[in-house]
Amino acid sequence: MPFYRSHVLVCVDPECLEKGAHEVVDALQDELVAQGLIDEIQVLETSRIGSCSSGPEMMVYPEGVHYVGMTADDVPFLVEEHFLKGRIIEKFREVHKPIVDEELGPLRPKEVRVVLRNCGEIDPMNIEDYLAVDGYQALGKVIGEMTPEQVIDEVLKSGLRGRGGAGFPAGKKWAITREVQDDPKYMVCNADEGDPGAFMNRRVLEGDPHSVIEGMIIGAYAVGASYGYIYCRAEYPLAVETLNVAIAQAREFGFLGKNILGTDFNFDLEVRVGAGAFVCGEETALMASIMGQRGEPRPRPPFPSVKGVWDKPSNNNNVETYANVPQIILRGADWYSSMGTERSKGTKTFAVGGNVSKPGLIEVPMGITLREIIFDVAGGIKDGKNFKAVQTGGPMGGCLTEEHLDLPLDYEALSRAGSMMGSGGLVVMDESSCMVDIARFFMEFTQAESCGKCTPCRVGTRRILELLEKICDGKGEAGDIEKLEDLCHEVSRNSLCGLGQGAPVPVISTLKNFRAEYEAHIYEKHCPAKVCRSLIRFEIQAPTCTGCMVCARNCPVEAISGERRQAHHIDLNKCIRCGICMQVCNFNAVSVLS
Amino acid sequence: MTRLLKEIPQNDPLNTEKLKSLIDQAIYENKERPGAVMLVLNEVQSKIGHVSPCMQAYIANNLKVPLGQVHGVVTFYSFFKTKPRGKHTIKFCLGTACYVAGAPQLVEKAKQMLNTELGDTTPDGQITLEECRCVGACSQAPVVVVNEDVQGRLRPNKFPQVLKKVQS
Repeated sequence: MPFYRSHVLVCVDPECLEKGAHEVVDALQDELVAQGLIDEIQVLETSRIGSCSSGPEMMVYPEGVHYVGMTADDVPFLVEEHFLKGRIIEKFREVHKPIVDEELGPLRPKEVRVVLRNCGEIDPMNIEDYLAVDGYQALGKVIGEMTPEQVIDEVLKSGLRGRGGAGFPAGKKWAITREVQDDPKYMVCNADEGDPGAFMNRRVLEGDPHSVIEGMIIGAYAVGASYGYIYCRAEYPLAVETLNVAIAQAREFGFLGKNILGTDFNFDLEVRVGAGAFVCGEETALMASIMGQRGEPRPRPPFPSVKGVWDKPSNNNNVETYANVPQIILRGADWYSSMGTERSKGTKTFAVGGNVSKPGLIEVPMGITLREIIFDVAGGIKDGKNFKAVQTGGPMGGCLTEEHLDLPLDYEALSRAGSMMGSGGLVVMDESSCMVDIARFFMEFTQAESCGKCTPCRVGTRRILELLEKICDGKGEAGDIEKLEDLCHEVSRNSLCGLGQGAPVPVISTLKNFRAEYEAHIYEKHCPAKVCRSLIRFEIQAPTCTGCMVCARNCPVEAISGERRQAHHIDLNKCIRCGICMQVCNFNAVSVLS
Repeated sequence: MTRLLKEIPQNDPLNTEKLKSLIDQAIYENKERPGAVMLVLNEVQSKIGHVSPCMQAYIANNLKVPLGQVHGVVTFYSFFKTKPRGKHTIKFCLGTACYVAGAPQLVEKAKQMLNTELGDTTPDGQITLEECRCVGACSQAPVVVVNEDVQGRLRPNKFPQVLKKVQS
């Protein structure tokens, strides 16, 4: 067997062939013969080395050099330089493309980035990067040229509303906190982004922490606060680390600490880390947690603006709210309020997930329709399926249907439709989702996260969950729907905090919009979307089954039998209806029936 | 409280000089800060991995707060564990996106392979299976978190590979 000192692998995929890969291979062979190297260097044809976008690609081993864009004419040069002289030719070398950011790609159609403008563009660990993009200029302007009242006025005029979900005007909250006669006052930033499916705030904290810090300092100046807390959930260790670095750098540059920018304004900040309790996103619970207690909400009033952390006035806003502030100050309230609807101004970030082609993080102007978000920005429904529902606002939001898709996005429009803006989770569901199961899933979440302080939420959510489980199990009875409606009404009316008040919303909205599905589960013992385990069965279609054994190997309960190369069979008595066989089948031979 | 501290089990971190000093350090560094209970517990949990009843008593004693408050906080937040965890933890995200994308099937596969329920540790103390709420990597659903490492787009038939990597 001949021994080669070097191997050249040339990609002969259709794209590369079109760009002349065969010519390159031929030229290489000829040139190697001419140079007498043909016994030392082997040329091999292979498939897909890189993206095939920039022309004939080749890989040279043992060096592992990746060349692209070479033509037959370049081959003599290559052989001479690389194989005779041993020099790597830099100009043909593949430049490694940056890893594609799956969450936050390049600007998509209809997107406007205000809060996310720096994410992925600057180095979050280096304050100078932030300074280079006009960072802390707004703070300079505020401290140098504006009175606190003017700052509040500007924020009020911009129409910025709380981005945590409730949509209380930020300027108004600041004004209230400012007016309370008590000392000291605190700034609190709610970075306890617990909604499943939402990660907007995480990206801002990880990618542009200074914009949040600057927003908080400006807020502190406006309300007269001297200390601040950023309450970040423990699930975001990178965000905590980035924030700590950013705070230390801001302190070093004189934006935090005593005598900020040479004035007598003092303000400092620290990060407090949560410990995995969803309810701590509720403002009174969050403040209890900062104080080292169980994160249980308390009745309001008094609102945190009057009595918050350590019973002192505390201004609590969401990450995204604060991140908007520097831009509003720099570019003016008029610029900000030029975007959006009459009552909801500016932009909003959304984490679009679920069954869409291009999930990820987006930022769109208020007033855009859900249809535009799902079909234009997020690329439509995945795998050519049909749209069924979209859930906005996290686990306490409602499921909206086709008829709501043309609503302009704004706080009021969404609540009128039976959902809410929430912090910005947007889960899109296609026809394969069972709405009863989705309602059960959300109820399971809120039930588990209920802190247990008030009875309607503690007991009510559990009873609702039990009813939903019963229906999904195929044991629903006549009257269950009415019972559900009753319970949901009581729980949402009588609970202490937003969690309990919002918990029944997914149930209420699915009952309203997909009542037929509930009825099918209860009266026909049939799950139209073929999701609920007790109501479905899996079957292998003998004509399509190739007998590859993949399903049998992956079945967790060994319910699948059959010889190799012969159609398999599922034992329905053993089958737990987990659906793994259907997922792993490469021939779509497993079908689900209800 | 005194009883808990008088009868410290042999394997409790309080009986290990090195671990005890970590607890002492966390207490010393945060004692004077307002809201110290959460700060100390967060520190101890992340350094030692659990907060046993004896440790709770010890922390309460040293911070001069009632044991009830410490215990209340420990049991309220899901991050605080009262029992030691396995050497490795595999967490299954059961957030909306992962749920829709097939996380339950992954859990099923893991339970079957390790013969362990969700929330339990394998008898050899190697692997703890846990469910977790959304880790915010929904575009890669379904996601598991192996120790600190997020792995996305995992299908049940690829799970054995993940397990193999953990076990090696």
